[in-house]
Amino acid sequence: MVKTLDKVDAVIVGSGWAGGIAAAELTKKGYKVVGLERGKAQKREDFVGAKDELRYDVRKLMFQELHKETLTIRNTLDETATPNRSNDTNAINGTDTGGSGVHWNGMVYRWLPTDFEMHTKTVEKYGEKIIPKDMQLKDWGITYDELEKYYDQFEKTAGISGEPDPLRPGQRSDDYPTPPMKETDIIRTFTKAAKELGYHPYRIASANLSETYTNPDGETINGCVYCAFCESFGCDFGAKSDPIATVLATAYKSGNFELRNHAYAVRIVHENGKAVGIKYVDTETGEEFIQPADIVVVAGFTFTNTRLMLLSEIGKPYNPKDGTGVIGSHLTAHQRNLTHTRVRGFFDEKKFNRYAGAGALGVTMDDFNVEQLDHTKLDFLHGFCLRTSQRGDRPITNNHVPADVPSWGKEFKDKSIFYANRRIDVQQQNGALAWRENYMDLDPTYTDIFGDPLLRVTSRFHDQDRNIVRYAHQRGKELLEQMGADHITVPEITEETEFDKTSLSDHTGGGVVMGDDPETSAVNNYSQVWDMDNLFVVGASSFPLMGSSNPTGTVGALAYRAAEGMIKVLENGGGQLVQQGATAKA
Amino acid sequence: MADHNSNNPKNTNEVSDPGRRSFVKNTGIAVGGVAGGALLGGLFSNRSKNDSNSNSTAGKGSDKEKRYEEARMYFTRLADFAILEQAVERIFPEDDNGPGAIELGVPYYIDKQLAGPYGSNVGDYRQGPFIGPKVAAADSSLDRGQIFINGLRAMDAESQKRFDTNFAKATEDQQIEIMTDFADDKVEVKGISSKGFFSLLRSTTLEGAYCDPLYGGNRDMKGWKMKEYPGAISSYAHMIEEDEFVKMDQVSLTDYQPK
Ligand SMILES: Cc1cc2nc3c(=O)[nH]c(=O)nc-3n(C[C@H](O)[C@H](O)[C@H](O)COP(=O)(O)OP(=O)(O)OC[C@H]3O[C@@H](n4cnc5c(N)ncnc54)[C@H](O)[C@@H]3O)c2cc1C
Ligand code: SF4
Repeated sequence: MVKTLDKVDAVIVGSGWAGGIAAAELTKKGYKVVGLERGKAQKREDFVGAKDELRYDVRKLMFQELHKETLTIRNTLDETATPNRSNDTNAINGTDTGGSGVHWNGMVYRWLPTDFEMHTKTVEKYGEKIIPKDMQLKDWGITYDELEKYYDQFEKTAGISGEPDPLRPGQRSDDYPTPPMKETDIIRTFTKAAKELGYHPYRIASANLSETYTNPDGETINGCVYCAFCESFGCDFGAKSDPIATVLATAYKSGNFELRNHAYAVRIVHENGKAVGIKYVDTETGEEFIQPADIVVVAGFTFTNTRLMLLSEIGKPYNPKDGTGVIGSHLTAHQRNLTHTRVRGFFDEKKFNRYAGAGALGVTMDDFNVEQLDHTKLDFLHGFCLRTSQRGDRPITNNHVPADVPSWGKEFKDKSIFYANRRIDVQQQNGALAWRENYMDLDPTYTDIFGDPLLRVTSRFHDQDRNIVRYAHQRGKELLEQMGADHITVPEITEETEFDKTSLSDHTGGGVVMGDDPETSAVNNYSQVWDMDNLFVVGASSFPLMGSSNPTGTVGALAYRAAEGMIKVLENGGGQLVQQGATAKA
Repeated sequence: MADHNSNNPKNTNEVSDPGRRSFVKNTGIAVGGVAGGALLGGLFSNRSKNDSNSNSTAGKGSDKEKRYEEARMYFTRLADFAILEQAVERIFPEDDNGPGAIELGVPYYIDKQLAGPYGSNVGDYRQGPFIGPKVAAADSSLDRGQIFINGLRAMDAESQKRFDTNFAKATEDQQIEIMTDFADDKVEVKGISSKGFFSLLRSTTLEGAYCDPLYGGNRDMKGWKMKEYPGAISSYAHMIEEDEFVKMDQVSLTDYQPK
């Protein structure tokens, strides 16, 4: 028996940055909001004393429980997909109050103007012919200039510590609210080499705050103490900006917010082209509920967002064979065995304090980003940022050795200890563009604990993906040579380097993409579903491409934009916010 | 700040001693063969007699302080555990840097992990069909505990076949030869690829060498000391900008966590 509860103004699936921002903005306006979070309740106190590499980083305690639900994976249409069974293989999706925004590093980038108009700008500059067959370039139906104020709002809410990118003058309406973090020897070494080579390094903007900060909603985040237990951990000191400390706190403060934990959303309930509410299961009691609401917000990250649309039969599922339909298309990611690779430099004479650090402590540059490159001379489109970061190496996961050293035994032990603090890595983060046969749909075989089909990911790498990373690796190698590294290992990217379970990434987008045409997109630039005016699907699921740096700044900006749209719909009693076929003016 | 330079052998009393290795081989003979009560009795008295220069799990320091938490919790056969001891020591051997896997407590660390939810894949998606049989650990229909049993016994069988002796009794070079073939996926193991088993063995060995000592590995924080890794330090704010390398005393979670 499904129990129908009392109606509220809005129900939100997910309590990460995307859902949290919507919750804060709506409740500040006086709307009653219920949040549904599949994971457990957690607050800052849970992270005090959590400096345990094995529990959090290796066993991935804070990540999605795969025994309840996972993804299945294959490379091509004619293969049988198999489930990703274990978090050993990097399936790092958030769960619990605050989602991935609690155990993230906190690197905050703004994407480039070109990202939002990738199709138009590419054709303008190079003509249609440069786009490889089967690559799907799209505009978002919103420009960087229109989105800028929402980036600014996200940065101010989170208190981001940073300095402007010297290659992007005039693109910011205001400075970062807090100054950059402290500079380390590794950062200085990278910066010096990059400048000697004529590049434009600047500090990675960080949600590990350089100083204690109170945001416009009145929430205080502490200054970072560089404790080095950041990525995959909740912050021991309340110094990493996360949804718990910011937007969820604001929502609670309003008195209009209730977050239900262990509440697993299983369907978007809809009638006559209107969303009615969310059906969910309380996984502590097994009871089923429908939470009705005037507007329904799905903010459960790319995979859940896409899966709930497919399970609820909203929108037209994408068909990779003829390219029709929308839901599931434009799957892109920063894959872990490609984009997340690093060129490693080993120094025989120089030791760095690698054990110390913070999640987003680092330096980056955009000299090889899409707007700086002449693609007629290259075998790829888009571009990448190059950077180094000092997160604080922990001993189980950091046993890197130069290329000719075996991975176990006497020599391995000796060298992994010798080089533990004698290393600098250069990492690229490249733009990832969509391909016709890379998409998501429902798996025909495997199901979750509720008996619903799992989401199936079909994805393979193309020459474009491999070429961009190979090119970036060479630039990383040059930088490390300039720094004086004695041994440099460049990851080998061969034709066998293929998308697999270890490539699954927290930087995955697509499935419910944004655009200005309902034929080729699922949501408008307010993240409002074209086919269902009171349904908003928010998060990286709207990305038609993955930009050349970390995604959450853009998730945050789009969420503020979406919240504005939700408020309009609640105020006006419904309706489409964007005229179909025309790009909305913000 | 204390200067614990454990890369310098003079600062440690852990200098390698071939006598110790042959002792381990001898325990291998005893447990690998028909382990009758008399043999086992002999093994135990042997161990305590040799405590001060023993490289086995019951190793150094234990003559002073009994480690009540060190008895087998998962492995039922002593023979399997003896293979495990030798295998992890080959992956992370004692050397001039300091102790190897056995002295760090890695075999008991792995035993404890396998006895818990990790060993039976409680957090994983376990619905069939499985694609087997030559798969990575995460894709195997065996749970991690079973993978260890099948893998270790396959190593022993391989040793019998090639060298006519138990794995635990084989020479270091013979053990390394077998393990190299496992790592290169050249051996049959039921339910998993030998490479899949080997990479699980390798990763759990490193876990045991470097985890917080609360898990039973990284005994006395000696893994961290070798690597000059300070552990659960609350803040590096005061030194994060330093150009010079800063050495620190190690801090465990037992010291760190507020009560
Ligand atoms: C280790 C790590 C490091 C990262 N570092 C960075 C970084 O440095 N910079 C950066 O920009 N990004 C980083 N990211 C990515 C970043 O965390 C995500 O982009 C961001 O958190 C996405 O926010 P979201 O709200 O869309 O999704 P999430 O944070 O994933 O939140 C979604 C929430 O919805 C819940 N949910 C999902 N399905 C259901 C359901 N069916 N019913 C109920 N609830 C559901 C989930 O439990 C979760 O809490 C990192 C991610 C990880 C994992
Ligand atoms: S490094 Fe800074 S932000 Fe990260 S967990 Fe430690 S104190 Fe918090």
